[in-house]
Amino acid sequence: MITYGKRKRVIWITTVFIILILFTILISLQLGSFSIKPWEVVQTFLGQGTRKQEIVLFSMRLPRIVMAILVGTALAVSGAILQSITKNDLADPGIMGISSGAALAVVMYIYFMNGNVYDGVSNLTIWTMPVVAFFGSILGAVLIYLFAWKKGINPTRLILIGIGINSAFQALMIIFQLRFTTQEFNRVMVWISGSIWGTSWIYVITILPWIIVFLFFAIYKARFLDVFLLGDHLSIGLGVQVEKARRILIFFAVALAGVATSVAGTISFLGLISPHIARKIVGPKHKLLLPVSALVGTLLLLISDTIARNIVAPAEIPVGIVVSIIGVPYFLYLMVKE
Amino acid sequence: MDEISQVYHQKLTSRRVIMTISLLIVGLILLVFGIGLSISLGAKDISFSTVMNSIFTGKHALDSQIVRDVRLPRAVAAALVGAFLAVSGAVMQGMTRNPIAEPSVLGITQGATLTISIAFAMQAKIGGAGLMFIAFIGASLSGLLVYFLSSRSKNGVDPAKLALAGTALGTLFISVAVAIAMYHNLSQQLSFWIVGGLTTAKWEGVQLLFFAGIWGVIAAIILSPSITILSLGEEVAIGLGKKTNTVRIMGIIIVILLSGSSVAVAGNIAFVGLIVPQIVRSLVGPDYRLIIPCSFVLGATLLVFSDIIARMINQPYETPVGSITALLGVPFFLYLVRKGARVS
Repeated sequence: MITYGKRKRVIWITTVFIILILFTILISLQLGSFSIKPWEVVQTFLGQGTRKQEIVLFSMRLPRIVMAILVGTALAVSGAILQSITKNDLADPGIMGISSGAALAVVMYIYFMNGNVYDGVSNLTIWTMPVVAFFGSILGAVLIYLFAWKKGINPTRLILIGIGINSAFQALMIIFQLRFTTQEFNRVMVWISGSIWGTSWIYVITILPWIIVFLFFAIYKARFLDVFLLGDHLSIGLGVQVEKARRILIFFAVALAGVATSVAGTISFLGLISPHIARKIVGPKHKLLLPVSALVGTLLLLISDTIARNIVAPAEIPVGIVVSIIGVPYFLYLMVKE
Repeated sequence: MDEISQVYHQKLTSRRVIMTISLLIVGLILLVFGIGLSISLGAKDISFSTVMNSIFTGKHALDSQIVRDVRLPRAVAAALVGAFLAVSGAVMQGMTRNPIAEPSVLGITQGATLTISIAFAMQAKIGGAGLMFIAFIGASLSGLLVYFLSSRSKNGVDPAKLALAGTALGTLFISVAVAIAMYHNLSQQLSFWIVGGLTTAKWEGVQLLFFAGIWGVIAAIILSPSITILSLGEEVAIGLGKKTNTVRIMGIIIVILLSGSSVAVAGNIAFVGLIVPQIVRSLVGPDYRLIIPCSFVLGATLLVFSDIIARMINQPYETPVGSITALLGVPFFLYLVRKGARVS
């Protein structure tokens, strides 16, 4: 049971995270090649800004921030589920080739659909892209699972197989990318390195239902994850249909990562570190762990995206690179400490 | 002690020596054929007799200029880089007793890429030799870091940990390199190093590559008996009176020389150091006196042919040879991970 003291602590921590997220959003809204002062941001939200400020805020920066929230949430929850199911702290959709499976599928889809990436992206392509990404990520996950299966799944083997599959997908992606023109090649390259490029509301609307549905089911099924941590024997004893529940949860985790990839490219390590930080704060109970992971993931991605957008302005670096630069040292720290 | 007596006390059996010699001969024939093919294929097909003429006689026709200044250095560079990567992979696998140890899996080539990008960003006018030196620095730093990180665990250097630490560090190095490149607007120049390719190989690079790497190869051959003993395990090696740390340090220097010089000329070429020593091992057995020379020849052959595929697969464009070797290497990697066996 969650005691009163603990509940209070959780509420307190959640509030702190939400305040931090709002604060980051406020900063992120101001910064950019067209900078807007804080009170001007508030003014614009109250409908008193100039036309230019309105366009920059409402049709460029705000959708991107909403997108970062969705993607950060999806990747963090996906990572948390994968870590619990594989009983491996180092599981992450990006490292394991699930995201790159989605990315490869999208690159191939665009290649076969229109042959170019941006100019020809029709509404149909935008709407179907999450679906394609979803199938790509499922394909990646199935491949990893098949290759890693050897009278059961060994956590370390699973990760190493994932790393291998990831390299293969990336190599294939480069071969496909080269068939695009140079300009499109560069754009795809940036996207693959992880970049929140779907910066208009249509992309938000496209992925929002997917993320909400999968997220809802994942949190609904969270109690099974607690049981898994006790081990298979005990789970079966408690009447959980272990393999079935496990597969359903893997499906949700993979789907979340795939959909996130369709709009943000491959962002590695976010799904790895967010659950770790969350676990330190609220412990291993998934009913709390999943939402807090989502908050941590959102905060990290918002900060990274703000950095990525502004450090080399007017150009930007892929947010995936910023996340890696923050995430890898933490990953290595975890490895050494273990 | 069965295995040990098998490997160490048994003299090189005649069967293995014959296997090695035939492997070397077949490898060399394939290599020469591959280099010939590599020279005559391309945007402008050049007949084999013209190739021979332009190499051995000094006519100044356009064709012979293409052969001598573009195609030949490229083919030779491919052979040398492949050979060096394969030998450094063999040395690493023997020393760490880890079948998936390889310069790119362990983040060493990525470290060299990072220092190269820093040098570019500082706009250092360094030339080929300077670039190579900088690549050595990067390779050394990342090699030490991977070793340090993976040896911090109590149970010694665990193969899986080594690979994980290497992958993570590799990702970090490449991320920082890309960020630096974008910051200084150099991404196009650097992307060549990140994916790996032989497009820019010139005679100057080939010479440097040769003179830097050949010491590594010679040292690896001299050190090969000690590597064999080390590959039997730490206790065995100490029991047989080997100074394991000296051997390791020597081995690390060899790996840095070979993979650093390869990166400076051809960028990040993945998995060659993984595939070749594994195939060779399965053919000639666990003795590194035989593995290292065979890896040298077969590594050269593999990269020359991969480079041909890379040029042919998507004409008239070139595919980075690194992605070809990655596609060839991943099945091996998966197989080795599944097998889960240590090199012993």
